[in-house]
Amino acid sequence: MFWDWEYAFEVLPVLAGASIITIQATVLGFILALVLGLIFAIMRMSRNRAISGATTAVVEFIRSTPLLIQIFFIYFVLPEFGIVLDAFLAGTLALGIHYATYCSEVYRAGIEAIPRGQWEAATALNLSPTTTFRDIIIPQAIPPVVPALGNYLVALFKETPLLSAIAVLELMQTAKILGSQNFRYIEPITLVGGFFLIFSLIASAANRYAERRLSTIGKR
Amino acid sequence: MPLKSIVVTAIIAFAAGLVFASFAGYELFIPGLLEGTWITIKITLGGALLAVVAAFIAALAKMYGPAPIRWLATCYIEVFRGTSALVQLFWLFFVLPQLGVTLSPMMSAILALGLNIGAYGAEVVRGGINGVSRDQWEATIALNMSRPLALRRIILPQAFIAMIPPWGNLFIELLKSTSLVSLITISDLTFRAQQMNQATFRTLEIFTLVLLIYLGISLLITFGMRALERIATGGIVRGRAS
Amino acid sequence: MVRFSGVTKRYGDLTVLDNLDLDVAPQEKVAIIGPSGSGKTTVLRMLMTLERIDDGVIYVDGRPLTHMESNGGLVRANEKYLRSVRGDIGMVFQHFNLFPHMTVLRNCTEAPINVLGLPKAQAEERAVELLELVGLGDKLGEYPQRLSGGQKQRVAIARALAMRPKVMLFDEVTSALDPELVGEVLNAIRMLGKQFQLTMLMVTHQMGFAKEFADRVCFFYEGKIHEEGPPEQIFNAPERERTQQFLSAVLEAG
Repeated sequence: MFWDWEYAFEVLPVLAGASIITIQATVLGFILALVLGLIFAIMRMSRNRAISGATTAVVEFIRSTPLLIQIFFIYFVLPEFGIVLDAFLAGTLALGIHYATYCSEVYRAGIEAIPRGQWEAATALNLSPTTTFRDIIIPQAIPPVVPALGNYLVALFKETPLLSAIAVLELMQTAKILGSQNFRYIEPITLVGGFFLIFSLIASAANRYAERRLSTIGKR
Repeated sequence: MPLKSIVVTAIIAFAAGLVFASFAGYELFIPGLLEGTWITIKITLGGALLAVVAAFIAALAKMYGPAPIRWLATCYIEVFRGTSALVQLFWLFFVLPQLGVTLSPMMSAILALGLNIGAYGAEVVRGGINGVSRDQWEATIALNMSRPLALRRIILPQAFIAMIPPWGNLFIELLKSTSLVSLITISDLTFRAQQMNQATFRTLEIFTLVLLIYLGISLLITFGMRALERIATGGIVRGRAS
Repeated sequence: MVRFSGVTKRYGDLTVLDNLDLDVAPQEKVAIIGPSGSGKTTVLRMLMTLERIDDGVIYVDGRPLTHMESNGGLVRANEKYLRSVRGDIGMVFQHFNLFPHMTVLRNCTEAPINVLGLPKAQAEERAVELLELVGLGDKLGEYPQRLSGGQKQRVAIARALAMRPKVMLFDEVTSALDPELVGEVLNAIRMLGKQFQLTMLMVTHQMGFAKEFADRVCFFYEGKIHEEGPPEQIFNAPERERTQQFLSAVLEAG
């Protein structure tokens, strides 16, 4: 018998408890990614070459290097500068910053898709650049990119197991501990895989639904 | 990203690397990091090869295979995209031995990461093939070509060009995900970084240098894929230029 | 050579072709004219097996095109049978549909080598001959993107002819061209009409060309042949009101 149901049911409640940490990290990380991503996007589109250039370099740097190293960096290096974060916060911060760079690209695409006429109309009405951005551009730019952002929510969610590397007691770490305690990895790790699969499938179905809704709104 | 910003980033990274490498005592950790870099590159290359093969097989199976093979391909794509890369890696490393199949850590790493990226790659391949206009298929019918012939000689060569940039992104994702193998005892760059960190406590220098090495490899991939794109589009771009 | 027998095509509720009967003799040149949406392009696309037939049978050289005989009845053709009949037909498209990643010469040798199994040398000889015939002997190594629309369309004609079809279909082959390039393509068609023993079906908006070149003109209206006859009759003395309206509208415009 490869699969031990009794053991599976024994570890399930423990894993369910740990999944709360996973979900917390996902939600907090994604909120950070959304906010920081928008800031990155706006800074990248700045007229000031120094600001836009520096932002581009930072964003590309973060995007081109592994999240795991970034987690280590925040967890191990920041304390040298007197910033001590607990493992959960350090991990969530790294997740948020990493995915902010992806979100910023999405925002940028959305903003660049706004026709020039909208900017010109705002100028003609003598709106300030800030007001134009806040009231005219952003409200039009965000809805079409919601599905793309949704994809990154799912991607971020699937990367939360990396927090196990700094011993955050999320799903993966809990499964590993259960496995080593009982010398059986099959059930806990497979259950974790199943958990991610189910959530991802639900999320992508929801995302496709949102996409269809958006495309019908667009046609109206 | 635009070529100019790549070049600027590369120069800054190189300069920053020099600064860090010139700190006294670098000889304590540089050799270890270089060994780790080599392992990272090997896993990236192996994974990339597997990913491309898996992606093409899965995409073609999903698009043109008979029903059971189509379902199989869909299952592969959905499972590997739907679960996390680290879960897949741990599954191969911790669970498979308990089912009686023991792979070396290196094998587990290449298999897990290659199949993971391959599942995303399958969608890239599918998108590339679907991106070739219907007109081209109609032309092959009018010339009485069989579907496999049309796919091989007419559709795939055109789809291939469109696939290069997304594959470049996937290879960078692959490179980034190789850092996970440090968690299954492979002494790649990330593993070495932690090891050196514990041995020397030069935390800032080591992790910064490691980030720069990863950035360097990413830039190499970006350059390589751009070169490939230039070569592949040679005929078409030459045509457009006149 | 080609016979449509009770052929019907629907898209959902819309009937594009309604119980069409059409008989084309060997080496006959038939021009198909009519307003857009009248089903004229669909006739060619069904003959090229690009569209499924909802009802009826098309015969090419006496053999049913999309159906094959089995146990005395007709069943839907399999791929192998379809390909054996399809070899008799060649098509030139409105938007050329050249292969952008291949040179002009390779465009014309690809199918002869890989479908007909010709040796490379023989396929190239045949392709060069045809390309010279359409006046493109000096463009063999070019990629399609570097050619003008008229040149592209002449390559497409050579490419189709390289397969030695018995029936050639021309689907609005000059509609995507700038006006000054139309003449060179029509000249190419005129020439191969003389050089080869071809049956031709062409959907066209070039009334002058249809009048001069075709043996018969079919005016399509609402999925049916509304009126047909020799060009002099259709263009000079159309009998039916719709035909008159269409022709006077077209002539006025152009």
